Amino acid sequence: MTPLTGYLLVAALLFAIGLAGALTRRNAILVLIGIELMLNAANLNLIAFWRYGPNPEALTGMMFAIFSIAVAAAEAAVGLGLVIQIHRHAHTTDLDAMNRMKG
Amino acid sequence: MSLVFYVIAGLSVAGALAAVLLKNTVHCALALTVAFAGLALLFLELDAQFAGFAQILIYIGAVAILVVFAILLTRGSETPKDTVYSRHWIVGLVTAAGIFAVLGWAVLHSTVALPRETTKPEVTVMDIGNALMGRYVLPLEIVALLLTAALIGAVIVAMHDKEGAQ
Repeated sequence: MTPLTGYLLVAALLFAIGLAGALTRRNAILVLIGIELMLNAANLNLIAFWRYGPNPEALTGMMFAIFSIAVAAAEAAVGLGLVIQIHRHAHTTDLDAMNRMKG
Repeated sequence: MSLVFYVIAGLSVAGALAAVLLKNTVHCALALTVAFAGLALLFLELDAQFAGFAQILIYIGAVAILVVFAILLTRGSETPKDTVYSRHWIVGLVTAAGIFAVLGWAVLHSTVALPRETTKPEVTVMDIGNALMGRYVLPLEIVALLLTAALIGAVIVAMHDKEGAQ
């Protein structure tokens, strides 16, 4: 097994764990945690391909990962703000209890 | 594959599993911090020092703290009496397992096509700064705009509306 294969397998496992968390948990914050794990798994793929791919001095994969980290931080801030506002409105963060669109 | 890699990978995967499996939401957030730290160590192991330290600063320093704040503000730390999983958890689990099977199959069956450079890349933070200010200056500006918009948006979304709906 080459090193790149190992990193890709770890990233695939983390992505699957994050997806399972996002799809199975009831708490909206835990769903956001799952999404963060999926984004991190993608970052690990980008960095691993940058490290073992040709022309690492062009920094393409590294730049992708850095911009992805920045976008994920923005996503976390807005997502958690939305969760807090929903909790204020509906007094719950249970996604199974949020089943109507009328305010 | 070195022993260090297996230890760090096991730490990350264990942290991620705990983050999605534990019942108490605060424990989930702390396990998430462990997973982020493991990923930062994996970045350092991949000779990506800047990305590794950025991961520590942004994810452990900001995102994990934000998650803890959100949990405490929404009183999510109270463990629900019944299950913490949704009604259709089996569908989600099957989907995730299927996606992992497909990804793992693709990775293991494309080893010939994967690149295998062995030379360690000589990249300093100065190179990254030069690239950010040179070739990637337009994405950098767009990210700056996005972060400003997200900052204002998050504040407006979470702002308390004292007068009620208008």
